[in-house]
Amino acid sequence: MKKVIRFLPLILVIALGVVLYRGLSLNPQDMPSALVGKAMPDFSLLTLNDEAKTVTKADLVGDIILLNVWATWCPTCKYEHPYLLEIANDSKLNSQVKLYGLNYKDERLAAQQWLTNYKDPYQFSIFDEKGTLGLDLGVFGAPETFVIDHHGIIRKRFAGAIDVRVWRKEFEPLITQLISERQQGK
Amino acid sequence: MIKINLLSSLLLMITIGISTLFSSNFVNASPVDTFEFNDEVTKVRFQALSKELRCPKCQNQNLADSNSPIAADLRHELYELLQQGKADSEVVNFMVNRYGEFVLYRPRVSSITYILWFGPALLILLGIIVVIVILRKKPVDKANLALKPEQQKKLQQLLQNESESESADSNPVDLNSANLNLESVEKE
Repeated sequence: MKKVIRFLPLILVIALGVVLYRGLSLNPQDMPSALVGKAMPDFSLLTLNDEAKTVTKADLVGDIILLNVWATWCPTCKYEHPYLLEIANDSKLNSQVKLYGLNYKDERLAAQQWLTNYKDPYQFSIFDEKGTLGLDLGVFGAPETFVIDHHGIIRKRFAGAIDVRVWRKEFEPLITQLISERQQGK
Repeated sequence: MIKINLLSSLLLMITIGISTLFSSNFVNASPVDTFEFNDEVTKVRFQALSKELRCPKCQNQNLADSNSPIAADLRHELYELLQQGKADSEVVNFMVNRYGEFVLYRPRVSSITYILWFGPALLILLGIIVVIVILRKKPVDKANLALKPEQQKKLQQLLQNESESESADSNPVDLNSANLNLESVEKE
């Protein structure tokens, strides 16, 4: 017993070291969204490409949705863009999952130019100039990507750029799960 | 004498001038928004809430401190909500519904924040218990150190024998020789 007590401080220090070391590799931006499990908020906004076309929540809900928050002022969005194109061109994925854009606090012309220059991966982009839908979604930067299920429930929020590694780790399992949920008629 | 006084007061004025210049710069470094409030109470509430709410992007700053765009947006939203006559609790709920418990510098008591609220008290309690246990252990040790009755008896006997032998041979030389004898006996 006494021997154990003698080593107790050493054990505690090692335990503390392990905890702190783990903390080094944690991403502080990786916060559980307050909206996961809740319905997508209502909105009524114009599309980016057509100033006359209004979109609402009803235009999105029904499919498994990826909602990608992007802007031309966001350098990471540019990094992410090629992978979004890859997702959009994946015909197998395409039949199951729809990718929409949320152009967040941006200038319309610049954003349209961006999509012309770098190609448009989105079904369409919602033009959220004042960031109202962004606020309701709890967006605090770009890029961010939301996964919304076929009932319109937000299932995941990811802050940061998507690439192959992130896609395989963060998105693929959830998408597979959602597809099987839908097939089972849940 | 008067000249020196003049010079020193001039120097003083320059230093004060420079320091005010710098301090005003520092003031300018923090975000400046122009919000107009109808009454003093709303202004104070705005200031209090923007200190209480945390910026979701720059996580170690509150809304009042932060220069990030999202903090500016949220300050604006906060202003709008207060202008609409929303109560403090409604404003806080609005923020928490969107950004989670995280935006509160003083999180509400719930099952996930129990450890934050009660952890420190628990640790102090644990410390007090450890101290009490250690303090209570000592007297028990002392009781154990005391001789048992049979040991006491044996000691008494030894002491008696010693005193008897001492009184028998009071001559130290004799005692030494006796010791020598003993050693020789042991060697054999």
